[in-house]
Amino acid sequence: MSSALDQIFVHGKRWLLSWFADAPNWLIQITSSLISIFALLAVFLTLFALMSVLERKILARMQNRYGPNRVGPFGLFQPVADGIKMLIKEDIVPARADKIIHFLAPVVLAAVAILTLGVIPYGRNMTAFTIDGGILFFFAVGSATELAVFMAGWASNNKFSMLGAMRAIAQMFSYELPLIITVLPVVMVAGSLMPDKIVFAQGEYTLGIVPRWFVFTPWGAAAFILFFVSGLVESNRTPFDVPEGESEIVAGHMTEYSGFKYATFFLAEYLGMFAISGLAVTLFLGGWHAPLRALEFIPSYIWFFAKLSVLLFVYIWLRATLPRTRVDQMMNVAWKFMLPMAFTCVIAAAVWHYAGRGLRGWLWSLLVIVFVYSALSILLDTRRKFARRVYRFAE
Amino acid sequence: MNGAAFIVISMVTLAAALAAAVLPNLMHAAFCLVLSLLGLASFFFLLGAEFVGLALVFIYIGAVAVLIVFTILLTRRDSKVHYGLNWSGVVIAFAVFGGLTWAILKTQSLSIVPPQARAITVKRIGETLMTGYVWPLQCVGLLLTAALIGALVLVMEEKK
Repeated sequence: MSSALDQIFVHGKRWLLSWFADAPNWLIQITSSLISIFALLAVFLTLFALMSVLERKILARMQNRYGPNRVGPFGLFQPVADGIKMLIKEDIVPARADKIIHFLAPVVLAAVAILTLGVIPYGRNMTAFTIDGGILFFFAVGSATELAVFMAGWASNNKFSMLGAMRAIAQMFSYELPLIITVLPVVMVAGSLMPDKIVFAQGEYTLGIVPRWFVFTPWGAAAFILFFVSGLVESNRTPFDVPEGESEIVAGHMTEYSGFKYATFFLAEYLGMFAISGLAVTLFLGGWHAPLRALEFIPSYIWFFAKLSVLLFVYIWLRATLPRTRVDQMMNVAWKFMLPMAFTCVIAAAVWHYAGRGLRGWLWSLLVIVFVYSALSILLDTRRKFARRVYRFAE
Repeated sequence: MNGAAFIVISMVTLAAALAAAVLPNLMHAAFCLVLSLLGLASFFFLLGAEFVGLALVFIYIGAVAVLIVFTILLTRRDSKVHYGLNWSGVVIAFAVFGGLTWAILKTQSLSIVPPQARAITVKRIGETLMTGYVWPLQCVGLLLTAALIGALVLVMEEKK
């Protein structure tokens, strides 16, 4: 019963495909892809709508306000109203803008975000696009985001747009390095670039209680935190929303966009957030595995989306509590702290592996990480005690 | 199906490459170059060499294209000026094209049926890199580390 419920979507797709049993091979292939694409889009566009209203509700709750509560019960139909508003707004394109690229930028951005969603395993046998180098695919496609943001900034022919695009590219490039290097230890330990195999490698339970998720090892915990912070930067979320810092540069690369193109930018941002959180769940939080063996009767996809929701809640929580960082401080952290720590995670994972993957390895890798962390903290401590505060850029 | 995909991809790739060569606006040319690189990557996908295709996307679209775009942005202020046709360039291009065509037509490997190759998986590439090609790999790693440190030194603030 529980396994039937677990595989219900897989069986559903097979049943839909059985209608085409007599069709030529290429038609079956295309139909199969289309079914997966429609399912992905349906789930994640719904999640986007839900997230847009829940984010405002939770933010409001944390700041002691009501939030949207006019449209429908508890304001749940707010996304519908927002969508209609965005659709009927005037689409303004600046006269001096590069029309084609101005139009293409949000399209490319959204397309990239949707493509990256394809390689994440959402449940047992539920990966839309199974590919040998799935993790590599994720980052290869994701790296086109920078180009799309640049297209938006350049084509708008506006200094604020250009500044925003420059900032976006600078921070995305800097944080892509720790983001990818923190994935390395997981790939090393699992011995595969395939998301499904990485999830499979986290399936067992130590002593029958503690799941063998990578986040429960010292290197995994450190890598997870680094990955999560880098993911925050990559999806341009608070406290790292420097590219669209509305107090300084209007809305960054989105300044000259209105109506549905603006909505598409938001869609891409949220889909990118879902993708990076989904990857974090896959890599470190055991993917679709249950936290306890006794809870394995609950279908795998429910576990995946439960973990995803927790991460998304943390995203909202951070947005409600943290102020925006300064650009130069952010870059400093990326190059001086995140990058060495990411390399340390790789070394710690190797130590963990060669010390036998048991308690001994656990303690040794903890030692490596604590050592490098304290060394870095001492080296990077630049606070001048009892000195007059000097402003470099404002005097 | 593969044949149809091949024709579509090659048409897109060639059109984009041509556009990258002739478009007057340098920025448009750069974006067309990105499109043609994407076409090349899809060829590798079509051939089953996923890793090479992904590496192509990763390096050329993710990094090199952004570098090109930035270089154009930071150096050229006269992107609207037309320079006219550069005849010596045309001659050189045709000479190279002719030479390559002649060389390709002269080779005998065109008429030989290729042997059935094993699928190139990421695992096999990794094994090859870690056994037969470990020295070149280490050398490249050293070079890249030196480049990374060099880049950091270049942008470091000078202490007064």
